[in-house]
Amino acid sequence: MHTATTQLTPGMGAGEMVVESVAKGFGVGPLRKQVLRGCSFVLEKGKLTVLIGPSGCGKSTLVNALAGYETPDSGKVLIDGQPVTGPGPDRLVVFQETALFPWMTTFENVSYGPRVQRKLPEREYAEETMKLLDLVGLRDFRDKYPAQLSGGMQRRAELVRAMINRPKVMLMDEPFRGLDAMTRALMQEYYVRLFEEHRGTNLFVTSELEEAIFLADNLLILTNRPACVKKVIRVDLPRPRTFDMMTSAEYQRCKFEALELLHEEAMKSFASGGVNAADFIEACAQLGQDQAQPTCLGLDDMAPPEVSDGAGQRKADGAVSDR
Amino acid sequence: MSTASAATATRNDAGPSSLEVSLFCLREWLKSAAPYLNLLGIVGFIFLWYLLTEKLKVPWFNKLPGPVGVYGEWVSPDPSYGISLYTPEYYQHIVTSIWRVLQAFFLATFLGVPVGLMMGWKKTFKDYTFPLLETLRPIPMLAWVPLSILMWPGREASIIFLTFLGSFFATVLNTLLGVESIDEVYFRAAHSLGAKPRHVFLKVILPGALPFIFTGLQISMGFAWFSLVAGEMLAGEYGLGYLIWNSFIMVQYPVIVIAMVTLGVIGWLSSALIRLVGNRLMQWKVREEIR
Repeated sequence: MHTATTQLTPGMGAGEMVVESVAKGFGVGPLRKQVLRGCSFVLEKGKLTVLIGPSGCGKSTLVNALAGYETPDSGKVLIDGQPVTGPGPDRLVVFQETALFPWMTTFENVSYGPRVQRKLPEREYAEETMKLLDLVGLRDFRDKYPAQLSGGMQRRAELVRAMINRPKVMLMDEPFRGLDAMTRALMQEYYVRLFEEHRGTNLFVTSELEEAIFLADNLLILTNRPACVKKVIRVDLPRPRTFDMMTSAEYQRCKFEALELLHEEAMKSFASGGVNAADFIEACAQLGQDQAQPTCLGLDDMAPPEVSDGAGQRKADGAVSDR
Repeated sequence: MSTASAATATRNDAGPSSLEVSLFCLREWLKSAAPYLNLLGIVGFIFLWYLLTEKLKVPWFNKLPGPVGVYGEWVSPDPSYGISLYTPEYYQHIVTSIWRVLQAFFLATFLGVPVGLMMGWKKTFKDYTFPLLETLRPIPMLAWVPLSILMWPGREASIIFLTFLGSFFATVLNTLLGVESIDEVYFRAAHSLGAKPRHVFLKVILPGALPFIFTGLQISMGFAWFSLVAGEMLAGEYGLGYLIWNSFIMVQYPVIVIAMVTLGVIGWLSSALIRLVGNRLMQWKVREEIR
């Protein structure tokens, strides 16, 4: 894969997102379900943050809040210090199901963002589109419609449709769900390469632990509904990532730690007898606020060890390569 | 393993043109049993009709013209009732009817599609218009005849108005359903990619609703012919509807059947034409089916 094929340079335009005690619920009266509560975390600049949690815990709601499709009931979502007010091309979402427009060819789909934003003259974005299509091996499929592409090709097209806009943050909402195991592994590899070349800020939501650790710089473990961040695991694996790292001690450490936490959440969910743990949390709340709340991490708990971003990052990278 | 896998997916040419796709579909269709079964169905029906009317002369059907009689009249250069393939009157009736339907249908499409799109796009507009549409839509076309005669000067305008009404409601409703059928995820994707409302309308709502719109246009074309014939029977001077009614009054029974079959064929052709235009505009849909 060629590095200098696009104008996207490593870390360029990467933004930082801060989520501060976000709460969100749906429905009214006794039917009201609290989906998020006291949810706080940071998407560090140029890092790949993976969000993992029990199914139905509110991961998609969280992504929707970050993307600006939904407004939180309370709390703040900030991008580079500015509050998020609605969807926009600075935070691009790659959806669970394919969201390529079925009535547009691959080329038209990928170039849609620049075309409607009118930032570049047509010739330039056409060139940029072709470069990106090259990058993911879709050049020859530029005139095909999404229905004529395989699942993996659709996801790749969707990846570059987001990337071409040079978003400050990419939000990946379980993008590889529904792909078969082989395609999925392939897509993970594609995705991690693209990330390592461009080093944008990425949030990747998944329910697969192996995928999560393989991709992540930071692994956020969510609690059951109402969800908040239970724990941040820093994955100290070197980049570029390769599949053989899955046998390393660091990988196993992360996996073990995450499994324990996820198991705990799963048991709670199971004990509550429902698809979500709302009842359980409510029971806890009646016993005393303290018992339900301590599982939530606040922003203060997850300040990275190194503070100044440039130097700190280099230090961290250095430490990694020493390993 | 990393990049070689990408290369394996890379093969293919520019892909077939839309003409090639259409020809391919036609060839496949001719290879299947379908066209021959279609033909058999029609021939079987005509044979049954012949048996009942001309061969067995079943009393119930004794006033009806048989296929042989109708055919003879239809292709006769000197028809006993004045209407055949060789008389200019026949074509005058056809052209009059087609012209009326075209005016009404295009008026209904150019008004109905935008109204339907707006209803699907803007909630407020739908709130204003939907109950009105749902009240007016079920009123049978024949119930509109007196008002339309009172409302419009001359019969031509009132016939076209009746025809238009039938088409219009079907077009609006299907266009609205089309917009509402578009998956929310496409709107989200468009907004996320920085699309302005204008782009959402042109690039998401319009193409997304197109399959339903074209289904609606086929239905609306059917309604147009239905309403037209009703209008012509009551108030016409020319046209196939008038011809049918007039032949009934003048006891020229074979002409009724000639006009009916003509209506059937033209109606079918007009539907096929709409499908053809639809397929041209929706290559993504066509290719989805044959991929």
